[in-house]
Amino acid sequence: MAELAAEDRQPEVLFWVGCAGSFDDRAQRVTVAFTKLLQKAGVDFAILGQEESCTGDPARRAGNEFLFQMLAQQNIAVLNMYKVKKIVTACPHCFNTLKNEYPVLGGDYEVVHHTQFLKSLLAEGRLKIEGGQFKGKKITYHDSCYLGRANGVYEAPRSVLAALDADLVEMKRCRTTGLCCGAGGAQMWKEDEPGDKRINTERTEEALATGAEIIAVNCPFCLTMMSDGVKLKEQQESVMVYDLAELILNGQ
Amino acid sequence: MLQPILFAIVTITAFVFAGRQFMKIRQNILLGKDEELEGDSSQRWRNVLLIAFGQKKMFKRFVPAIFHLFIYVAFLFTQVELIEILVDGFTGSHRFFAASLGSFYTFLISFIEILSLLAFVATFVFLARRNLLKVPRFQNPEMKGWPFLDGNIILYLEILLLIGVFSMNGADKVLQGMGAAHYRPTGAFAVSSWLGPALFGGLGESTLIGIERFGWWLHILVVYGFLNYLPKSKHLHILLAFPNTYFAKLNPKGQMSNMPKIQKEVASMMDESAAMDDSGGEEEELFFGANDVTRLGWTNLLNAYTCTECGRCTSVCPANITGKKLSPRKIMMDVRDRAEEVGNNIATGSPDFISEEKRGDGLVLSKENYADGKSLFDYISREEIHACTTCNACVEACPVLINPLDIILQLRRYEILMESAGPSDWLALFNSLENSQAAWAVSEARDAWTAGI
Repeated sequence: MAELAAEDRQPEVLFWVGCAGSFDDRAQRVTVAFTKLLQKAGVDFAILGQEESCTGDPARRAGNEFLFQMLAQQNIAVLNMYKVKKIVTACPHCFNTLKNEYPVLGGDYEVVHHTQFLKSLLAEGRLKIEGGQFKGKKITYHDSCYLGRANGVYEAPRSVLAALDADLVEMKRCRTTGLCCGAGGAQMWKEDEPGDKRINTERTEEALATGAEIIAVNCPFCLTMMSDGVKLKEQQESVMVYDLAELILNGQ
Repeated sequence: MLQPILFAIVTITAFVFAGRQFMKIRQNILLGKDEELEGDSSQRWRNVLLIAFGQKKMFKRFVPAIFHLFIYVAFLFTQVELIEILVDGFTGSHRFFAASLGSFYTFLISFIEILSLLAFVATFVFLARRNLLKVPRFQNPEMKGWPFLDGNIILYLEILLLIGVFSMNGADKVLQGMGAAHYRPTGAFAVSSWLGPALFGGLGESTLIGIERFGWWLHILVVYGFLNYLPKSKHLHILLAFPNTYFAKLNPKGQMSNMPKIQKEVASMMDESAAMDDSGGEEEELFFGANDVTRLGWTNLLNAYTCTECGRCTSVCPANITGKKLSPRKIMMDVRDRAEEVGNNIATGSPDFISEEKRGDGLVLSKENYADGKSLFDYISREEIHACTTCNACVEACPVLINPLDIILQLRRYEILMESAGPSDWLALFNSLENSQAAWAVSEARDAWTAGI
């Protein structure tokens, strides 16, 4: 972003990578996949690089409002300095915070989730699916809480999946009643409270029961949780967990 | 003349006692802090119409929704009959509306009778769901004891009420057929025209009048009993669902409430000039989050009094499903229990409940100076609030727009901001957010992944 600003240029969209997308090995692969798709579609985009900070989602949900405000206000200062208009992110937690929680702090941007962005790229014909290697493959889609219930986005990711020509099978708990993967509310950074089983195990069992070969997710934390669940069930040879961006890239 | 006088005494007593209890509930709800209403009121009215009146969210579970609808619609329409009972009771008339409404009266009472019959069936279905089928969401630990009994008592009262209605109408129909004085023909009622003769046919006139009066008095006495039981029961949703859906937040579910005081504080830390502007301001109390009902918003407490303990929230809570202690329904029940406790103590006016540092200067006990050495954390454990994934499943599930998550968040805020406590695992998260502005402490650069392109 700094380089573009030096040339006095505005990109079409800012790609907000997020902490998971930047540092988590598995989520980095999603970041790379989504970047390749943006390049293929000829999208003029930029990243903040070192100037990006955590949006503050986990801090706020843990109850640490001071830390949230520090991160949020710092980010808003950077975003406003570059006069950012539109942001795309592959993380529904970043998406929710940027979209819903920054405006009251003075950060007003058009924020879209990468599944929504991919949907419009496909609709505009800037991205095309070829090859049909997913034809007839069973895919189940896991709604993340922060894209689904929190923001009511249920159909955009499904329409992206539909473009793959795969056989989409729904879990019993989907859309508004989708079951959490267990990572939200800063649970990602702590041990579970005592209980009978882990939430990701419960959700993975449900996903496996559909008989799907691929579990599609839209969130880096769901990606971790569902992958861990599949490993725990020793199904990692036969069932893969992918982000939607990776599936679209493979369908190219 | 005896009956109208007796009726007036009973009625006035019932309303005075109930009125007092409802005033107390109002005061208890107002123990909560003032809140600003955001968003446009037409959307709020829409919620009242669709969700409270229209029962929209109930229909996510079709079978209970249908049976609940029977009882709900019967309850709404029975109000007409109730108004007539009040008029008849005070004036000594009999079926006051019958003469003026004519055949419409016949239709109306028939309609109410059919609804009552459906409600009768629904009541037994609900008793069976609680006691025989043992539907899991009525069996959680927080439902043991009084809450379980409470759920059944209401259903028993419902049965008594319907016995009253049908013995009143049934005996009336037989009396009408005999041409008894005072019982003028009203046309055929859908249920009691056959049920009345089947049950009471062949009885003498005075016995029938006795049955008719018994039914009439039973009906109104159960209504008054219910009116006075209501404030103590979980059943306030029949009234509070309407204001509760009106006052429910309109923001996207993922948006957590902002804390303007902290926002300002942080802004002044980051910008020296803003700090200067603020220097003339009043010294504000530094209190963040909530550890008690007086620190929650009043709509949180309205939520708690509206909760009818149906447990839809708990049955979809990922933490609860996987055996953690957290139950969103219990959060609501605990908040209400604590509001009752604080409200009752404040009602005593005892200076013992004035917090120690404020005592002695002629202060009157109020919610501002109240302290009893307890807090919401005596009801809700840390383990419960730590188990929440903020997934909003409970919020989505509630048929009357109750938001347990908002309360959990405020408790977490208190714990972190006021006590510097909370799960120790989060320390690493907070440290890395503070020191490297990232959720994990990693040495590589944020854009290291670009090497993979």
